[in-house]
Amino acid sequence: MDKGFSPVGLRVLVVDDDPTWLKILEKMLKKCSYEVTTCGLAREALRLLRERKDRYDIVISDVNMPDMDGFKLLEHVGLELDLPVIMMSVDGETKRVMKGVQHGACDYLLKPIRMKELKIIWQHVLRKKLQEVRDIEGCYEGGADWFTRNDETHYLGGGEDVSFGRKRKEFDFEKKLLLQDESDPSSSTSKKARVVWSFELHQKFVNAVNQIGCDHKAGPKKILDLMNVPWLTRENVASHLQKYRLYLSRLEKGKELKCYSGGVKNMDSPPKDAEFSSLIHKGETDPKQLASSSVSDPSSDVHMPPKAKKTRVEFDPPISSSAFDSLIPWDDVIEPKPTILYESSFLQQQPLPSQSPYVANSAPTLMEDEMKPSYETCVNADEFLMPQDKNSTVILQDLVDLSAPSVISSNVTNDTETMLRSLNWELPESHHSGFIDTDLDFSWIQNEHFLANTSGNFQNFQFQDYSCSPSLLSELPPHLWFGNEPEEYTLMIDNGLFIS
Amino acid sequence: MQRQVALIKQSLFDQGYLDEQFVELEELQDDANPNFVEEVATLYFKDSARLISNIEQALERGSFDFNRLDNYMHQFKGSSTSIGASKVKTECTMFREYCRVGNAEVFSLFRTCDECRCLRTFKQLKKEHATLRKKLEQYFQASK
Repeated sequence: MDKGFSPVGLRVLVVDDDPTWLKILEKMLKKCSYEVTTCGLAREALRLLRERKDRYDIVISDVNMPDMDGFKLLEHVGLELDLPVIMMSVDGETKRVMKGVQHGACDYLLKPIRMKELKIIWQHVLRKKLQEVRDIEGCYEGGADWFTRNDETHYLGGGEDVSFGRKRKEFDFEKKLLLQDESDPSSSTSKKARVVWSFELHQKFVNAVNQIGCDHKAGPKKILDLMNVPWLTRENVASHLQKYRLYLSRLEKGKELKCYSGGVKNMDSPPKDAEFSSLIHKGETDPKQLASSSVSDPSSDVHMPPKAKKTRVEFDPPISSSAFDSLIPWDDVIEPKPTILYESSFLQQQPLPSQSPYVANSAPTLMEDEMKPSYETCVNADEFLMPQDKNSTVILQDLVDLSAPSVISSNVTNDTETMLRSLNWELPESHHSGFIDTDLDFSWIQNEHFLANTSGNFQNFQFQDYSCSPSLLSELPPHLWFGNEPEEYTLMIDNGLFIS
Repeated sequence: MQRQVALIKQSLFDQGYLDEQFVELEELQDDANPNFVEEVATLYFKDSARLISNIEQALERGSFDFNRLDNYMHQFKGSSTSIGASKVKTECTMFREYCRVGNAEVFSLFRTCDECRCLRTFKQLKKEHATLRKKLEQYFQASK
C-alpha cells in the first residue's frame, strides 16, 4: 500500500490549549487533506462533539489542558461517543502513556508531532469501524449471515429523528465497503450512528443484568429484552456489556488489591512467580534500556516494540508510532474458550482490537461519578476505586494478576462476580500459552511487570505513582527512594533529566 | 541578503537554538500560507511571554510551589517544541527536574538548594529565549 496514502476529508477535531500547536496541527492536518476543526478548550470540544455526534471521525487532544484534564475528556468521548481519540503530550513517561491506555486512547503522540504520524491516523478510524462491525457480528449466535439478519435489527443514530430505513442502508453500505474494499478508506466519511449511554440508559442496563444474574443465557439479547428500550439494538448492548464486564473485572482486581493491602501477602502465589519470572527473563530487553529508548528522545514518538505478527485488521500497513502496539498483542494473546456461562459467540469479541479494554477502562471513572447507586446493587460498595490514584496501580495489578486466578478473593459471593471470575479464569491459560507460543514482543509489558514485581509491597505501588502524591514520599526516609526502587530511579535518570 | 539569511539560519542550527522541528515548519509553508513560519514564531513568542510572566509571578510570591511551577514549565516545554526551540526546551526540562526533586525533598536545606537551582535555570531560560527571539527577528527581517 502506498505509504503516503491517507483518506481525504477525514473529519478531525483537534483540542489543545497551546495556540502555537493548534496552528501547526491545523496546517499539518490540512496538508493531509483532512477536514480540521480546532478547539482551545476541552469543554468547548465536548460541546461541539455532543452537539453534532456524527460530525467528527476522530479526536486529537492534548493531555494537559487548563479547564479539563485531557484524560477526562478522553473518557467522555470514548464512552459517550465512541470516537477514536489520540492523546498528545510533550511528556512521554510510561506512566502517562499507560494512563492514556487505561482511559481508552487509541494512540499517544509525543510532541513535536511529525507529519507522518498524522498521516496514518485514519487507520484508527478504520480499525474502530471494523471492530464495530465485528461487535455486531459477534452478537449473533454462531455468527450467522449478517445480511439476512440485518432485516431483524434496527438502528438509532445520535438523534431521534433518524429514519430506520436510511440508517440500515448506510450500515449495509459501510459493511460492504469495509469487507470488500479496504483499500478505500474514504468510507470513513460515511456516517455511523452512535448511541449515547446516558445515566438512565445505563441504569436500565445494569438492572437488566442483575435481573438475569448468572443465568447461563445471559447475553445481549436477553438484556436488551429486559431493558425494553425500543430503539436500542443488540449490538449496542453487546458492546456496552463488554465494557461493563471489563470494568467489573477491574473492580474485582482492585478489591483483591485492597484485601492484600497489608503488604503481607503478595498478589503472586509462588507458582505464578515462577511463571512471571520466566516471562520476564524471556525478554532480553533491559528495562532501563526500554525506559531510555522510550523517553530520552523527546523529538520522537514513544518507542514501542514492533507490532505482533498477528494483525487484527484486514489491511496491511502497520500502525506505526502507536504507543499501544505492544499492549495490543496482549489482547491478541487472550484467546477465550467458550465457558458455560456465556454465549460462545459473545466471547469471541475478547481478542478484538485494542479499543474494547481501553474504552472499558474509561468506563469506571465516568460511571463511578454518575452511577454509584446502581453499582452498589451488584458489587460491594467498598470496591470503588478512586480513579486518579488507583487506576495506575490496578492496571499493573491486572498485568500481574492474570496468571493467578487462584488468589481471587474468596469472600465474593455475588453472582455477577462469579460470572466475571469464570471469565478471568480463562484468561491465564491462554495468556500463558500465548506468551510461550506466539512470537510477540511484549518486553514493554514485561517492563511494567518488572517494576511491579520488584516489590511485593502494596506501599510500593503507590510509591511508583509518587508524583501524584508527594506527601507520601515526604514521609518516607530518603534511603527508600533510591534504595528499593532502582528501576524507578534509573527511569528517572534515563529520562534525560538530571540533577547537577 | 540571501547569504545573510542563510548564515543566520545556519548559526541558529549550529549553536543549537533550533532543531529539526523548524525545518518541518518550513516544509509546511506553501502558497496558501507564505508566511507560515513567521506567524507561528510570532504566536509562540507571544504565548511564551505570557508563560514567563506567570512563572515570574509564581516565583516572586516567595514560597515555592513546585507543582505549579512544574505545570507552567510543562506548558512552556510543549510550546517550545512547536518551533523547535531546542535550548529553551532543555532549560525547561532541567527546571522541571529540579521541581520534581524539590517537591520530594524532605530536608529544607536541600529544598532551598533546589529552589536556587530553579531560579538559576529560569534565568538561563529567559536568556536563551530572548536570544532566540532576537535572532529569529533578524532572520525574518532578512528574508523579506
